[in-house]
Amino acid sequence: MKVLKALLSLLISIGVTVALNQPWGAIPALGRLLSPFEGFWQNAETAGYSSEQKISVKGAKEDVTILFDDLHVPHIFANNDYDAYFAQGYATARDRLWQMEFQTHAAAGRISELIGDRAVELDRYNRRLGMAYGAEKSLEGMSNDPVSKSVLEAYTAGINAYIDQLKPADYPIEYKLLGYAPEPWTPIKVAFLLKQMTQTLAAGADDVMMTNVRQQLGPSLTANLFPDYPFKEDPIIPVGTRWDFEPVKLPNPPPNTETDSSVALNWQSHDPGIGSNNWAVGPEKTATGYPILANDPHLTLSLPSIWYQVQLVTPTMNVYGVSLPGAPGVIIGFNKDVAWGVTNVGADVLDFYKIRFRDNRRQEYWHDEKWKPVRRRVETIRVKGKPAVVDTILYTHHGPVVYLPEDKPFRNNIPTGYAARWIAHEVDNGIKTFYLLNRAKTYDDYVTALSYYVAPAQNFVFANAAKDIAISPNGRFPLKWRDQGKFLLDGTKAANDWQGWIPAAQNPRVKNPPRGFVSSANQSSTDPTYPYYINWEFETTDRGMRINQRLTAMQNVTVDSLRHLQNDVYNHQASKFLPVLLPYIQGKDLSDPQKQALKTVRQWNYQQDTASVAGTIFVDWISRLEDGIWADDFPDNANRPLRYPNADRTLQLVTEEPTSRWFDNVQTPNRQETIQEIVTSSFRSAVDSLVKQHGPLGKTWAWADHKGTSVRHLIPGLDAFSALNVQIGGGRGIVNAAGRRAGPSWRMIVQTGPDVRAYGVFPGGQSGNPGSPYYLNMLETWRKGNLYELLYLKSVTEKSPRIQSTLQLTR
Amino acid sequence: MMPFLLLVLLSAVAQLFLPWWSIALVAFGVCFWRSKTGWRAFGIGFSGIAVVWFVYAFLIHLQTDGILTGRMAELFFKTKTPVFLLLITPLLGGLTGGLAGLAGHQTRAVFTTKPE
Repeated sequence: MKVLKALLSLLISIGVTVALNQPWGAIPALGRLLSPFEGFWQNAETAGYSSEQKISVKGAKEDVTILFDDLHVPHIFANNDYDAYFAQGYATARDRLWQMEFQTHAAAGRISELIGDRAVELDRYNRRLGMAYGAEKSLEGMSNDPVSKSVLEAYTAGINAYIDQLKPADYPIEYKLLGYAPEPWTPIKVAFLLKQMTQTLAAGADDVMMTNVRQQLGPSLTANLFPDYPFKEDPIIPVGTRWDFEPVKLPNPPPNTETDSSVALNWQSHDPGIGSNNWAVGPEKTATGYPILANDPHLTLSLPSIWYQVQLVTPTMNVYGVSLPGAPGVIIGFNKDVAWGVTNVGADVLDFYKIRFRDNRRQEYWHDEKWKPVRRRVETIRVKGKPAVVDTILYTHHGPVVYLPEDKPFRNNIPTGYAARWIAHEVDNGIKTFYLLNRAKTYDDYVTALSYYVAPAQNFVFANAAKDIAISPNGRFPLKWRDQGKFLLDGTKAANDWQGWIPAAQNPRVKNPPRGFVSSANQSSTDPTYPYYINWEFETTDRGMRINQRLTAMQNVTVDSLRHLQNDVYNHQASKFLPVLLPYIQGKDLSDPQKQALKTVRQWNYQQDTASVAGTIFVDWISRLEDGIWADDFPDNANRPLRYPNADRTLQLVTEEPTSRWFDNVQTPNRQETIQEIVTSSFRSAVDSLVKQHGPLGKTWAWADHKGTSVRHLIPGLDAFSALNVQIGGGRGIVNAAGRRAGPSWRMIVQTGPDVRAYGVFPGGQSGNPGSPYYLNMLETWRKGNLYELLYLKSVTEKSPRIQSTLQLTR
Repeated sequence: MMPFLLLVLLSAVAQLFLPWWSIALVAFGVCFWRSKTGWRAFGIGFSGIAVVWFVYAFLIHLQTDGILTGRMAELFFKTKTPVFLLLITPLLGGLTGGLAGLAGHQTRAVFTTKPE
């Protein structure tokens, strides 16, 4: 009996302890997680501590001093470049380890290792897109350059020096919640991170939809509705800029560029919420007489914050700016001589080629009148708690065959039987660009740095204390015939291949233009006089035009006036559409609430601020108007995806072609609808729907609440670690581009001059730890449109009251 | 009182170096060494661990202005108040310790010839 009791109690005790030591489905191991000694409690950090810490680490060449300021920005002072990147890796890992590893796992198609077979299709998608293949090519490019190689090794060693010191109690909280442990960092992870950026910014493609559109409408109507240059445009390189080079010969298009799309699926489109603004104002327009540069990159707002501020000081550089956790150097920033920033170009650098295999064995494919061998690459996806999934990917000289006809694609979106030719598969050495920019002194240094850059193509804006300003849509652009890759391409014809590159020196660029400023907001890179083809469609020009109008009007420009411009919520699109649309509304058809709403819209000053009701109505209305005009002609069909003409073309239609056939609803054969009817009915349904959502017109219709901007943790559904319903104005197509999920991920303004001064903020904080006071501390400043002065230290001995703690890395 | 204090001390030290489940070993050992009845053993195991976990968790909560406690409370209980989190933490540790303490007592009983 005693033995039985003992056994039973032992069994229960062991059973409960073991049960609490392991996860149950989505529930983490509760014993471990709740233990104050090693669970989440250990991740709680103290506010406002000041400390001096000395840590002995392996791998640094000499001692490094890191000063942390009141925003928890590390200012790294090293005696040599290797140690600076080593310390950058160390400090970044200290604040962002989970994020940097998770993002590279995602890019590498390794999420299944963490969360099981739910993620297999996502992982397969990333691998089929050739992310791993591309990362290997990048690593090759970086390793071939001794400088990049050393930077990469130093950064990697620094991250690993941090990881090596960790006990399970020290792991970032996400590891504890998901139940895994960090693995050693490797240089290829840096390449994966850069590939992920390329995927975010340069993997959208409409090729399948456009091919379906062309099949339905024929070439000339397609060209009419989907023109190669917008109706209203103010390109990045100002109209009238001379091209001071002798262009290389353009390739000839094949006689017949028609293709069918045997595929029922389409690719992810460009996300219009993702874009950016930047500009530099020349000395003649600024109050100080020295250029001022501003940049705000718009990305999906997420936590831990996308960017990590850092200052790197060595005998060869003193640079401050934001880095991407997982990549060495500063991506957007300044030094004492120069400042630079980036926005996305949106070049067409992803094309699809229809592959004709010899037979079902798929060993050979037809190209250029020959059978050519198919290469096979085996990808092994490890799955938590399940056997690994092995996937064989077919490679042609174009690139990987993303999906074969019989595959069931993930994302309802992917062309089957098509090979993807993508810039991310090129050998590249992009970190060299930033390495050089971080040390740049002159305009020529900037030009040299840009020549190393491949993808994702960016509009690099530049200003320096020598009073130069410049901008260049820059990246490696394939040399194409006009419209090559606007539609799916026939992979058997050599004339459809990418045939070399636009010479880097002939990328569009302008220095010190007469108007006294340069700017970009993802609109067309150039006007049609540029001899090469970059893309047929760019982001709508609304942000660009508004910025240019304001900059043209401004004199005695200061940091503060540019801060106001970054936070400008004028809805330029509304200012173009409403004067055209409002006269078409048939007032007699409106109900009382609709009349009230119309009055509100009529009185609107186009300010898309937090309280704006008219702004809410306009945004809802315009999307219904587009549906009203185009949905009958381009019906939603999962087997044959189509797209609408863009907003610019719609504006042209309502402005210049009010009697166009496109206003007629082809699904009502006995009736001829007019622009008046469509404008009125879309307005009515917008108002009715808003009444249904928010009740009678009033405060509940306020734009910020309706929009619901949120900054979300990378783990879906983790609301407790996210910032929801952030009260901020602006949105898509507005200079302050704070949309529902995407928006200004960093705002920076740099006043160049003998004594550079810079300001910045991002919607989050320096720490990736939700238990840190520095996790979300900058959000409110960002929301209000304010900036912090960035602490630019000249030397390690410089005294600043803002320095809070010191970390010495000793050998 | 003696076993309780010993458990508090030993388990706190053990957890600085060993995984969280070392609390079960310590509670088992202490109650194996000395405990009057099964109930007392459970009580000592439970309270010894619960006190350590509560005090430490509460100290962390205070020191860090409850930033993380608030977020975790929201994650687990959809509320900002840390009360539940500060209750469930010692409860869970206590349960582990109590059951181990009971097991320690019962195991000891196998080896003692003296009827209780």
